Amino acid sequence: MQSTARVFPDNAHRAMGDVNLQASLARFSQGFPVKRRLAIDRLPEFDSLRDAARDIKNHTLENLDFYLERFEEKVTENGGRVHWCADAESARQTVLSICRESGAHTVTKGKSMIGEEIGINEFLEEHSVAPIETDLGEYIIQLRHEPPSHIIAPAIHLSKEQVADSFREHHAEYPADRPLEEPRAMLDEARTVLRRKFLQAEVGITGANMLVAETGSIVLVTNEGNGDLTQTLPQVQIVIASLEKVVPTLEDASTILRLLARSATGQDLSVYTTFTTGPRRPEDLDGPPAFHVLLLDNGRSRMLGNEFREMLRCIRCGACINHCPIYGAIGGHAYGWVYSGPMGAVLIPNLIGVDEAGHLPNASTLCGRCEEVCPMRIPLPRMLRKLRDQQFEKKLSAKPVRWGLAGWAFVARRPALYQMVMQIGVAALAALGRKRGRFRWLPMASGWTGARDLPAPQGFTFQEMWSARGGRRQ
Amino acid sequence: MSAMRPTVGLFVTCLVDTMRPAVGFAAVKLLQDAGCEVVVPAAQTCCGQPAMNSGDRSDAKSLARQVIKAFAQVDYVVAPSGSCAGTIKTHYPELFDDEPEMAAAVADLTERTWELTSFLTTVMKVARVDGRYDGVVTYHDSCSGLRELGVRPQPRALLEGIDGLSVKEMEMRDTCCGFGGMFCVKYPEISGKMVDAKADEVLATGADTLLGGDLGCLLNIAGRLSRRGSRVRVRHVAEVLAGDIEETPPIGAPRS
Repeated sequence: MQSTARVFPDNAHRAMGDVNLQASLARFSQGFPVKRRLAIDRLPEFDSLRDAARDIKNHTLENLDFYLERFEEKVTENGGRVHWCADAESARQTVLSICRESGAHTVTKGKSMIGEEIGINEFLEEHSVAPIETDLGEYIIQLRHEPPSHIIAPAIHLSKEQVADSFREHHAEYPADRPLEEPRAMLDEARTVLRRKFLQAEVGITGANMLVAETGSIVLVTNEGNGDLTQTLPQVQIVIASLEKVVPTLEDASTILRLLARSATGQDLSVYTTFTTGPRRPEDLDGPPAFHVLLLDNGRSRMLGNEFREMLRCIRCGACINHCPIYGAIGGHAYGWVYSGPMGAVLIPNLIGVDEAGHLPNASTLCGRCEEVCPMRIPLPRMLRKLRDQQFEKKLSAKPVRWGLAGWAFVARRPALYQMVMQIGVAALAALGRKRGRFRWLPMASGWTGARDLPAPQGFTFQEMWSARGGRRQ
Repeated sequence: MSAMRPTVGLFVTCLVDTMRPAVGFAAVKLLQDAGCEVVVPAAQTCCGQPAMNSGDRSDAKSLARQVIKAFAQVDYVVAPSGSCAGTIKTHYPELFDDEPEMAAAVADLTERTWELTSFLTTVMKVARVDGRYDGVVTYHDSCSGLRELGVRPQPRALLEGIDGLSVKEMEMRDTCCGFGGMFCVKYPEISGKMVDAKADEVLATGADTLLGGDLGCLLNIAGRLSRRGSRVRVRHVAEVLAGDIEETPPIGAPRS
């Protein structure tokens, strides 16, 4: 996917003017966060589970090579095959060669953010393989040629009317005047269309929520069961997952599952939680004879070795996104690449470069709500600050900002000078604003006064009054 | 340190110093009434948060060193701001994590540093502040105070002693107002949308007064309310607790 993170302010501007998007975001803010709260209130041990899950992931990341190799051994033992992919290109090529070997023309896909990260759909289309998204949200945005706007709710930016329009446009086999006002009608239609595709596909591609080292299993959670049809109906199954998805044991996977759905949607568990271990065995009634797992690095091993390692604990629940006031104002597309919200603002610069995605870590008030809700206790605001440190060191931040900061710091490091400058400044400002008590406009302050008045200062500094009143200094 | 009468160094904060010194004097009165000796070290300017949040660690450290030095002699450091106190308490240790020789001085400072209302209730055990304020108040919990320092019950407990005052909470009271320091001028459009939503929340309570413990957020929300023509009065909680409501008009209101 081509990044537009560089023009984030333009993206955000457009998003704030998009009436449909704004209506969706307003509904959205009342949904997941409320359900999450209710789910957590029912689970007294939630916070201790968070600690346990954090420790599991820290231990795994500490020994990632060991657990990945163990995972590979088990997959191989079970009759599957692991492919190590250093970057997106090698993952795309691997998927394509598996498709070619199996003579695939149609590929069904479960929802996968790694699929988005490596741009697998566009790539397969270019090579005459038709990928069909089977998660309803993903299917909708695939019809509309849009990227997902949320990692767990990819079509959250759309209204049901927009979805109905897309169905009328693309499902030409149905009468044009059929009723599609109710979500149920759209769901039934999509289900019928997709059922045919499920039966056609030669290859099924899914992501993985976790990889279990002790058994070589993959764990997949969905709410629609589409992941299970994608895994079991075709002759060939491909799982694409990034390195950090591995956990040591089934027990560990269970611990994390107890956090995942509650943090994401407020469900105790997602509707389908499927553990898949290897290809079809002789005694199995169904399942694919071929089972491939692609382990994608694409920047993870770099993060493993730097100050962003903790980000690799992320289980992609979306809680940080659901609670982020910035995301709530602009939605996901404005971030300009695959991910969004606080996790995206940390991950995107790490994966595609801080020079390309420099706006993202800055477009945050560091309010800390994301860290407060993160089930894996990832210190997201601290990571955003670290990215800002990097930008400053590399002199990537805008010159006026750097110079302004340097000028201010020069004065602030000299208390006597600072107090004199402030005294003169506030006296002048107060004289101008005395009558109304506020400014509607000030030169060079449009950033502030565009949206709000600037309250006028009182006209003297605390420090000068304290001195004037003979207050104690030591 | 005298157990009876601790010396408190007031960390005025740059916004209170320049925009609303009345908050500083209200804080002084509250501290003195609680039995503290208040001093205001002259060699203080800013805690360094703007530099720290802009990635400028070197200037942030210089300013942090200035704070450490200026407040070395006092029993406690108290700021009428959760944001500045939070910077000192939670971020100075991170800032100096590559300078182990600073660890002792930093730890010593962070242990002594408090946000005003939590200092009054927790350290000085102030159970009640007498006063009068006629109005229905809603309270904005600033993000740094709330999440870095756990400031939420303390100001409300103190407000309980004020006659004539009742509290009507906002529905989404833990959502950021969109100030975020430099954020509000770097991304004015997003910030504007956030503060507009916060103004909606304030107005939905029907309260006639908005109080809070951080001047940055209050200037932001007051500015938006005033732009929308609202008559809601905005004040720092210390002003109401200290009874400074006659002399100083609400934030953004004209002087009578």
